[in-house]
Amino acid sequence: MSAREFLTRGLLAGLLAGIVAFGVAYVAGEPPVNAAIALEETAGGAGHSHDAGTPGHTHDEAEVPRSLQSTLGLLTGTVVAGVTLGGLVGVLSALAMGRFGSVSPRATTTAVAAAGFIVLYVLPFLAYPPNPPAVGSSETIGVRTAAYFTLLAVSVLAAVVAVLVGRHLRTRLDGWHATLVGAATYLVLAGGAVALFPRFNEVPAHYPATVLYDFRLASFATQLALWAVLGLVLAELVHRLATRTATLDADRVAV
Amino acid sequence: MSDLSTTTTRAAVAIPTLSAKAVLPWLLFAGLLMLVAMYFISAEQGAISLLSGTGVHEWVHDGRHLLGFPCH
Repeated sequence: MSAREFLTRGLLAGLLAGIVAFGVAYVAGEPPVNAAIALEETAGGAGHSHDAGTPGHTHDEAEVPRSLQSTLGLLTGTVVAGVTLGGLVGVLSALAMGRFGSVSPRATTTAVAAAGFIVLYVLPFLAYPPNPPAVGSSETIGVRTAAYFTLLAVSVLAAVVAVLVGRHLRTRLDGWHATLVGAATYLVLAGGAVALFPRFNEVPAHYPATVLYDFRLASFATQLALWAVLGLVLAELVHRLATRTATLDADRVAV
Repeated sequence: MSDLSTTTTRAAVAIPTLSAKAVLPWLLFAGLLMLVAMYFISAEQGAISLLSGTGVHEWVHDGRHLLGFPCH
């Protein structure tokens, strides 16, 4: 077993995850996105202006037609995210394997993917829930993007600290309680950051709540599908890799 | 493979551990690959523009929204 074998399996699992996530995003996400764009066009730019120097977002004179944005464009986004996050989860699973007590390769891999979903998506979601087109002011896109990625970095750092605390405590507590203290450490650090970070509420007055809710639910479902497929497929591939390695070792011993 | 060795294998699916030293270069590689790729999906031609125009933004527009990034 080598880190390279984990990486290639992660990339493959991520490819599948990206394709499934596209399916969920297309079916659940495109209706609210189209509803939001229709609202934007009927509102005639009343909610926000397009001319503030930030690029993009004139859906009428778009270089890329909506029919491509909602299909191949969307697929590009979910597949690139799936493949590259998959590679990272693969290598992190290689690192985690055997370092958290007697947890099976499958369970370790699934736990790494679940942690990735929480740390990279759910936590930022709490402070900065995703918005459909036409929600958000072009004047604040810079500061909103900076805040989003800073919170993402804090979330990752909090997770690293939590893992180190949990692993350190395994010498004093049993695995279950060490895990609980590690999880609590993450919740306090990352939850504290969510409480302290600035909020941006730029949903226009009288914006239909159902469009906003459907969009956010679809975004959540898309990311959940991505991480779930990634975690479960990678867990299966890693299990086969570990079993094969163990069989080879056993054969070698037998010979 | 005999029944005996199968049983031994089952029992011996021990959890293999790779040395951190061997994994770290791969972690760095996978991490950088993810960061560069996700930059283009999440932020290029939005808050920051390395390339001029709006083609990248428009191409990944729906993915950027639905994956949860601030788009505009």
